Amino acid sequence: MTLASPETGLNPSRRSLLAGSAAAAGAFSFGFSIPFAGEAAAQGTTSEVNAWVVIHPDDTVVIRIARSEMGQGTLTGLAQLVAEELNCDWAKVTTEYPTPGQNLARNRVWGNFSTGGSRGIRESHDYVRKGGAAARMMLVEAAAGEWKVPVAECSAEKGVITHKSSGRSLRYGQVAAAAAKLEPPKDVALKDPKDWTIAGKPLARLDTADKTNGKKIYGMDLKMPGMLNAAIKDCPVFGGKVKSFDAAAIRTMPGVKHVLPVGDSAVAVVADFWWQAKTALDALPIVWDEGEHAKVSSEGIAAWLKEGLDAPEAVVGNQNGDAKGAIASAARKIEAVYSYPFQNHATMETMNATARYTPERCEVWTPTQNGEAALAAASEASGLPLAKCEAYKIDLGGGFGRRGAVHDWVRQVVLIAKQVPGTPIKLIWSREEDMTHGRYHPVTQCKLTGALDKDGNLAGLHMRISGQSIVAGIFPQNIQNGRDPVVFQGLNASGPEASIGYTIPNLLIDHAMRNPHVPPGFWRGVNLNQNAIYLECFMDELAHAAGKDPLEFRRALMKNHPKHLAVLNAAAEKAEWGKPLPEGVHRGICQTMGFGSYVAAVAEVSVSAEGKLKIHRIVAATDCGHAVNPAQIERQVEGSFVYGLSAALHGECTVKDGRIVETNFDSYNVLRMDEMPPVETVIVASGGFWGGVGEPTIAVAAPAVLNAIFAATGKRVRSLPLKNADLRKA
Amino acid sequence: MAKFNVNGTMVEVAVPDDTPLLWAIREQIGLTGTKYGCGVAQCGACTVHIDGVATRSCSLPVSAVTPEMKIVTIEGLSPDGRHPLQQAWIKHEVPQCGFCQSGMLMAAAALLQSNPKPTEADIASEMTNICRCGTYNKVKAAILDVAGSGAMGRG
Ligand code: FES
Ligand code: FES
Repeated sequence: MTLASPETGLNPSRRSLLAGSAAAAGAFSFGFSIPFAGEAAAQGTTSEVNAWVVIHPDDTVVIRIARSEMGQGTLTGLAQLVAEELNCDWAKVTTEYPTPGQNLARNRVWGNFSTGGSRGIRESHDYVRKGGAAARMMLVEAAAGEWKVPVAECSAEKGVITHKSSGRSLRYGQVAAAAAKLEPPKDVALKDPKDWTIAGKPLARLDTADKTNGKKIYGMDLKMPGMLNAAIKDCPVFGGKVKSFDAAAIRTMPGVKHVLPVGDSAVAVVADFWWQAKTALDALPIVWDEGEHAKVSSEGIAAWLKEGLDAPEAVVGNQNGDAKGAIASAARKIEAVYSYPFQNHATMETMNATARYTPERCEVWTPTQNGEAALAAASEASGLPLAKCEAYKIDLGGGFGRRGAVHDWVRQVVLIAKQVPGTPIKLIWSREEDMTHGRYHPVTQCKLTGALDKDGNLAGLHMRISGQSIVAGIFPQNIQNGRDPVVFQGLNASGPEASIGYTIPNLLIDHAMRNPHVPPGFWRGVNLNQNAIYLECFMDELAHAAGKDPLEFRRALMKNHPKHLAVLNAAAEKAEWGKPLPEGVHRGICQTMGFGSYVAAVAEVSVSAEGKLKIHRIVAATDCGHAVNPAQIERQVEGSFVYGLSAALHGECTVKDGRIVETNFDSYNVLRMDEMPPVETVIVASGGFWGGVGEPTIAVAAPAVLNAIFAATGKRVRSLPLKNADLRKA
Repeated sequence: MAKFNVNGTMVEVAVPDDTPLLWAIREQIGLTGTKYGCGVAQCGACTVHIDGVATRSCSLPVSAVTPEMKIVTIEGLSPDGRHPLQQAWIKHEVPQCGFCQSGMLMAAAALLQSNPKPTEADIASEMTNICRCGTYNKVKAAILDVAGSGAMGRG
């Protein structure tokens, strides 16, 4: 096998250790292994049965994982799917990441590396399971060959192949080498999910222990011989440039090795240690050319978006009947304007990467949601062809979409490393850099106009979204006829990804694109987050105006949407919708669909006389079709509410003088334990499809709470975050 | 030259006085289990024990640390990774990405040391660490489990 990286001599740097310290709590054994480095190469008898399955003579099964693990459990889930079909012993399973360069060299045998859009499992379940099944068939065939008996007389269970009539058996490790030489089977049948024993089970994650003892190595923790550390400042105004900087002023500061321009918009200081680099960078006089956006403010952006709410030109996302006509002739017309702010992903681990450049080769080690995109960024920034570059994925300290589509930090580290050839450079963003150079949740506003007939039925709805397009910001070539499909997430007429759950006789949903200079990004949940708030809070407003129960009002519109309805009912039932609650506690309900899954939530809240919100309970239902690991789904749903409620309660990046105002968690607060409600997860695995679980329930967090706040106070909060709202009773 | 007692071992580091303890631990001493999350005492990812008290090391200059003080990092919380809280973290599968969890564990261990039977409200008010993946309810369950088992008292 030629998978080992040729020179990943990642031995710990002992340069920094002083005599006497090496005994401290065994902490100096830097047990860090690079994917594939040495392991396969060192054990000549290890067999790659196929791209997905490697089996050691001691029966250890190494399952290759192409997607990235960032806390969501996809590593374990994908391994379960392969192991299920492989019929191996789960206790002997380990995992490893193929590198993007290996994928390229082998004709993308591992498929897509991208880990976003809650796609890790739902997009690859088919071919990874086939990989496991094909390997099993080859192992069985090898054993049958050894025994000279028909394959049909043999079976495999828990890593052991048995020939029934003779009672003979062989372990996978004993036949793996022979199996690897066989022709892969052409027809591979997969098990019926109802027969699963490994997949579909709430198995323990494979990667927990090292996260409890400090041993797990994140990108920020990498050490290499001779490595230097870099801190960076990009122009605080997006689109601005560096005019000049006075390197001489800091050159003699402790540890400083280089003061370097990075592209035309950033400056980096390279030093022995990161703290030295950061300290020197903070002291570096930099003159910025702030460019054309230096006067932009949140107020200006909001006014621009507001203009779009009534602009004559807009792109239609979903339409049936004659919404405008229905509204014009309505017995009652209800109207409301909502808005949603910029959010920063604020991953717990800030952006970072390590790179080593020589004119012959450029290597990057980085936490990434898409190894292939990281590789492409390294190639582009280094000017070397892809074949001379490699990217090594390190598990992420959070991703949430920030480390997926855009690899700006990889570009930076390579541009730095290129100026110090041969020396590994580790670039770490300070939290301040991370907060002010994000790829922000796009801003939109939405004007909703509803028509109620004389019986309080919804006769028509116009939903005008005005604002930013992620696709226009990141993949402008994908904008066709001015249309960004992502803007309509959860509002599509039909389809298995993100369709609206209501049948409304006259409907118009359109988008007036307005792109501020603040760069947008895919933020966990994406546009579903604000679209669910707009539609589901407005549904509540309409129900209230019609004098109807919000659940009943919705149900009446959902007869043609049985999956949406079933999940809404499941949440309502578990939350005992309609049953009296303790004095002062009120409920809110909502539903939506996104990332291929149907979700609904009920929130129970109270608001004190002083206007303080307490969320007592969340019930969340999700139908993701097949549930690959219920225990991890429950954790994803719980985590979704932390993410969604953080945004609803606190999250807001504001803009002043063209730059982001909030620079750290003191001004960009997030949900902490004292505000965290209990979350009860209902998994409605109706089967027959594969939906995502990492994101969809984020979108129901805010509307459920906002609707409950209305029930408690009579106040409609239409602009987030809630920290800006006065919740004292109207 | 600053002298510290880290995880029971004396170490010397040559850094300016105003260097945060966090960066001396991570870069000079080489213990990377203690994480950088914010640098301004907001997130708790950098929590270590100083004489048993949970301390946010990003905001403590090395000049404030004396050789007599006992600093314990996640690597020194237990000799074998089997502190009752570490076991409970594994049993409850608390970590998602795991980046915040060193700090969570150190904060939780200090909490149980000073208050072996915390109520849910005690935990919620004492554990102010940030977890962006959203493990709070699992953290709480694991702490309550250890508190209820009496394992901390037996040590
Ligand atoms: S890094 Fe110290 S509290 Fe965040
Ligand atoms: S587990 Fe990821 S930040 Fe807490």
